[in-house]
Amino acid sequence: MGVMPWSAARAAELIEQYRSQAGPCLPILHALQEEFGHVPSEAVPMVAEALNLSRAEVHGVVSFYHEFRRTPPGRHVLKLCRAEACQSVGTDRLAAEVKAHFGIGFHETTADGKLTLEPVFCLGNCACGPAAMLDDRVLGRVDLKKIEQHLARHVAEERKA
Amino acid sequence: MTRIFVPIDSTALSLDAEEVAEALAQGLQRKGAQAEIVRNGSRGLFWLEPLVEVETPAGRVGYGPVTPADVPGLLAANFLEGGEHPLRLGLVEEIPYLKRQQRLTFARCGIVDPLSLSDYEAHGGYRGLAKALTLEPAAIVEAVTVSGLRGRGGAGFPTGIKWKTVLGAASDQKYIVCNADEGDSGTFADRLLLEGDPFVLIEGMTIAGVAVGATQGFVYIRSEYPHSFRTFKQAVQIARDEGKLGRRILGSPHDFDIEVRLGAGAYICGEETSLLESLEGKRGVIRFKPPLPALQGLFGKPTVVNNLITLATVPFILSEGAETYRDFGMGRSRGTLPVQLAGNVKYGGLVELAFGVTLDTLINDFGGGTRSGRPLRAVQIGGPLGAYLPVSLLGLPMDYEALAAKRGMLGHGGMVLFDDSVDMARQARFAMEFCALESCGKCTPCRIGSTRGVEVLDRIIAGRDPDKQTALLRDLCEVMTDGSLCALGGLTPLPVLSALEHFPEDFKRPVPAAAE
Ligand SMILES: Cc1cc2nc3c(=O)[nH]c(=O)nc-3n(C[C@H](O)[C@H](O)[C@H](O)COP(=O)(O)O)c2cc1C
Ligand code: SF4
Ligand code: FES
Repeated sequence: MGVMPWSAARAAELIEQYRSQAGPCLPILHALQEEFGHVPSEAVPMVAEALNLSRAEVHGVVSFYHEFRRTPPGRHVLKLCRAEACQSVGTDRLAAEVKAHFGIGFHETTADGKLTLEPVFCLGNCACGPAAMLDDRVLGRVDLKKIEQHLARHVAEERKA
Repeated sequence: MTRIFVPIDSTALSLDAEEVAEALAQGLQRKGAQAEIVRNGSRGLFWLEPLVEVETPAGRVGYGPVTPADVPGLLAANFLEGGEHPLRLGLVEEIPYLKRQQRLTFARCGIVDPLSLSDYEAHGGYRGLAKALTLEPAAIVEAVTVSGLRGRGGAGFPTGIKWKTVLGAASDQKYIVCNADEGDSGTFADRLLLEGDPFVLIEGMTIAGVAVGATQGFVYIRSEYPHSFRTFKQAVQIARDEGKLGRRILGSPHDFDIEVRLGAGAYICGEETSLLESLEGKRGVIRFKPPLPALQGLFGKPTVVNNLITLATVPFILSEGAETYRDFGMGRSRGTLPVQLAGNVKYGGLVELAFGVTLDTLINDFGGGTRSGRPLRAVQIGGPLGAYLPVSLLGLPMDYEALAAKRGMLGHGGMVLFDDSVDMARQARFAMEFCALESCGKCTPCRIGSTRGVEVLDRIIAGRDPDKQTALLRDLCEVMTDGSLCALGGLTPLPVLSALEHFPEDFKRPVPAAAE
């Protein structure tokens, strides 16, 4: 996940790129989050200005959606499915193991900044649960070992890059 | 040149299909073998994924589930000629799970290269639109009405009637909105099509546009499906480049284009008015109805909001005839339903069959029972707002009315199996927790009631005063049912009360002795 440091100029560029669309608010917020890893608070007044909204309105949109985050995530993000189909094959137990192993709860990041853990409600992989998503990669029939293996691979790729 | 198929569907990828494709490419190169690797969608036989297929004179021979480590052995076993190997499954079309299905909407899924327009057309694609372009708009709407197609997003509303309302509305601008939010646990039919046969949705939306006089479509895809989003965006670009979208489609006087939008992780945005708010860039808070979206929808303009499967079924209806489609099914549930077998199931996947097939056939004949091998105890149909049914009701048919008669719900056709280790009081608690987490906040019974529901269930689970707490829970459910504006608050009592009704023993905990 290539996350760039905050740049007002770059944010302005992204806002400009999407503002002429019909209903541009979500596309802009997605673009900002993709660039900076989160929706920086500095960007909120810029979006409000561009879309002729109040800051409170933009803030209201950002906070309504689970996908948008207001603080930067760790270098990797693990989303664990917590919905019913995955529950039926033990996702609750897996979640407890993952939390204990990495020493973090949901919505938290490890102290070394390596991993953020998020809950997610269904990844459409419900016949092969427990399901997870590490960065953009969906994983099926996961256990702690599989998560560790994939994380090691992602970390290695990150070093190479 | 021999063609080999390796799925590029999310589920196959989640089980290392990418690594299998890489290993194959390297293995072929090393052998100097001439073969083309096609990345198809998934057939939806998920316990076999990654399912690698090889085109032979006799048909497509399958091998699966294949791991990267199996690849050298496959090549040594001459699998390019369909050679023997422990993973060999024979002709894929002959696998009973697939052969016994009635695939109309999913006819091409897993067979074609999802991003090849010529493959799509070679398999019957764009015949429906071609037919539609010979008809008056009212005749297209009439065909959809006659087919008996009801919305597959959950409510089961007749699609023809919805289209007729939009057709009759006078406006300078109308919209087609595809609901690809697919938030229910246990459902993946929308995702399979987005990744396996995206052009069928593009064709279906175009037909809808021609039918009601809309020139612009939006597809709202949930953010939990990044891979579907990328695939579908590519498909739209390809269709545009080839003149299938944009101005004067297929040389007709009609213009139609599609924009693809990403949701942002809110279950409530699957509800149509909340989805429209979200598309407009606002918080996904429910709108009061009326006005109906058909009259005042996106940006206040007349709008068809349909589920993805609904729209993707329209090309078949136009090309093969409304009566052909209507002849499948039972009662007022016409045509086929893509059922999704999920959760603790041995053979999980997609089963498209005419309405009327029993739960038992689906769960035991197709699904093979639980994956754990333990006895089946409960099945939840229709996502987080659907009822939990006990084994004694497995004789029920898949049919909107038959399930409703047993206080069940068909929803989007997802079935989630649970074995006997399930704790139904905990599942009831989760239903309330989910409602609390996902409530849009507009009305009190849903916003506050669900939080109270979690507390009451916590007391029941702790064995504190279960009779009194259960009575309280029923009261609360009544308030939520009667006082909620939309089905999130209004239907959350369904899983809760069904758990209570069918599995009462789980709600009667012994009061802990000397609790500390
Ligand atoms: C809480 C809630 C969530 C919903 N989620 C979805 C969804 O994910 N996909 C969908 O197609 N319909 C969903 N619906 C149903 C839509 O509101 C609407 O009925 C449907 O998109 C209409 O299309 P159809 O007539 O083709 O089914 C949901 C409804 C509610 C109340
Ligand atoms: S029932 Fe819940 S989700 Fe639906 S409108 Fe009311 S608060 Fe919003
Ligand atoms: S319920 Fe976990 S992926 Fe669908």
